[in-house]
Amino acid sequence: MDAIIENLPRFVDAFLVTVRLLVVSGVGALIIGTIIAALRISPVPALRGFATVYTEVLRNTPLTLVLFFCAFVLPQIGTRLDYTVAATIGLTLYTSPFVAEAVRSGVNGVPVGQAEAARAIGLGFGQTLGLVIFPQAIRMVIPPLINVLIALTKNTSVAAGFAVFELVAVSRQVIQLNGNATVPILVAVAVFYLIITVPLGQAANYLERKVRVQR
Amino acid sequence: MSSVLYDVPGPKARRLSLILSIVGGLLIAAGLIAIFVYLSQPRVNAGGVAQPGIFDPSRWDILLDRALWRTVWRGLSATLQMAGVAAVLAIVIGILLSMARTARSGFVRIPATIVIEFFRGMPVLLMMLFILLVFSSGQFWAGVAALAVYNGAVIGEALRSGIASLPKGQRESGLALGFTPLQTRFSIEFPQAFRQMLPIIIAQLVVLLKDTSLAYILGYQELLNVVLKQGPTTFGPTYLFTLFFVVWAVYLAVNLTLSWIARLVARRTASGRGGGKSRRAARVIAQLGGAGMVGAGTTDAETGHEQSGH
Repeated sequence: MDAIIENLPRFVDAFLVTVRLLVVSGVGALIIGTIIAALRISPVPALRGFATVYTEVLRNTPLTLVLFFCAFVLPQIGTRLDYTVAATIGLTLYTSPFVAEAVRSGVNGVPVGQAEAARAIGLGFGQTLGLVIFPQAIRMVIPPLINVLIALTKNTSVAAGFAVFELVAVSRQVIQLNGNATVPILVAVAVFYLIITVPLGQAANYLERKVRVQR
Repeated sequence: MSSVLYDVPGPKARRLSLILSIVGGLLIAAGLIAIFVYLSQPRVNAGGVAQPGIFDPSRWDILLDRALWRTVWRGLSATLQMAGVAAVLAIVIGILLSMARTARSGFVRIPATIVIEFFRGMPVLLMMLFILLVFSSGQFWAGVAALAVYNGAVIGEALRSGIASLPKGQRESGLALGFTPLQTRFSIEFPQAFRQMLPIIIAQLVVLLKDTSLAYILGYQELLNVVLKQGPTTFGPTYLFTLFFVVWAVYLAVNLTLSWIARLVARRTASGRGGGKSRRAARVIAQLGGAGMVGAGTTDAETGHEQSGH
């Protein structure tokens, strides 16, 4: 317990690094993911093909490999990046296809009848999407998106292996100095993660009940 | 879905789509060519030494080296070993947890729920570290145990929602036939749930395989570690880029094969059953907490279900 209290400032700093990784790459992934999802349902085959390949390739690449690329391979080809920036880029890239899939399955999850009805009463493509499909799709997308963010929170820990001093990396350092307090330190780190993930999970449950489309 | 959003394209819209396709294709191609040109230029490294461009043959001749492929095989077999052992354990743990989670007695159900929720919410790397440091189990078993517990919790939750999505009549008719509740669970409900959730389970195994690369951080001698971390020392630092591509290609080959199998299974289970039930299951899956980062296959299975339903 002493080891934790003594090192509390370090843990708080590390926690903030984790939060920053989460927020920045979360926002980035949401933006890129939405664009990829839009490309994926667009009527233009070339864009659809690009989005499909992007999604499939990134989803089947281990996060560790993506981060390795950003941290150690990119500098080889001439880009000097701070390790935290490299990790943020890697996490953004890795998370974006999962966001895209969540958004796409939300749009696909709106029953065809809705679109058909909108078309039947004479709405155009833009109106159908904007007034009928998206308002329903967004509601279906929010809970899975929060799950993606929870997974991202956990994934920030991988940055520990790539010279970013977030929670797991700092806990390793502290354990090296306080070998007898291994269990309490790791439990404390787990609690820090729960501080992020539990409220997010609660929010997902709440929103899911609140915004569910009654059919 | 997208096809009902707009009219069947007429000649004008088809022409526009073609033009956009060509423009988009050209843009993507231009981007790729720009990257290609940038990469193929010789560059000066941090030490001031000029190095050949990325596509220079001197960077790629290593692909003909038998020693490289032996190294890749050594790494891949270590990765597959860890993934294999962890996968078997994860499925066993998943089955046990789903049983406990759906038990009638609260003394079993509530602890199982807590265990599932806790492990699903923990970073796998943290669990590996915990097992490595606290039980000093060695890197291999630390990796295996953490992967097994984490993915077991996810699979357990998937199986539970599979059981929950079965029509009530299945259980009732089992009981009416004189099966005990346990027999009903094992011989009627569980086989159906397992079949229905098989695509999800396979997709989760892809995640497990991908996550074995986390053991690299612990120092386990798996694919990434052997080829990418130690490779530049063995073969020369100029080969880093080449080695990265080799590792990437190997991971993609293995994972895409598994994802493809998952999709195949998903299509078979989807066609063998009524649309309504699998749709409900798909919805349950979509809500599955840990499934946020479930690898390839899940959402495809989902949309596959959706399409079969319509």
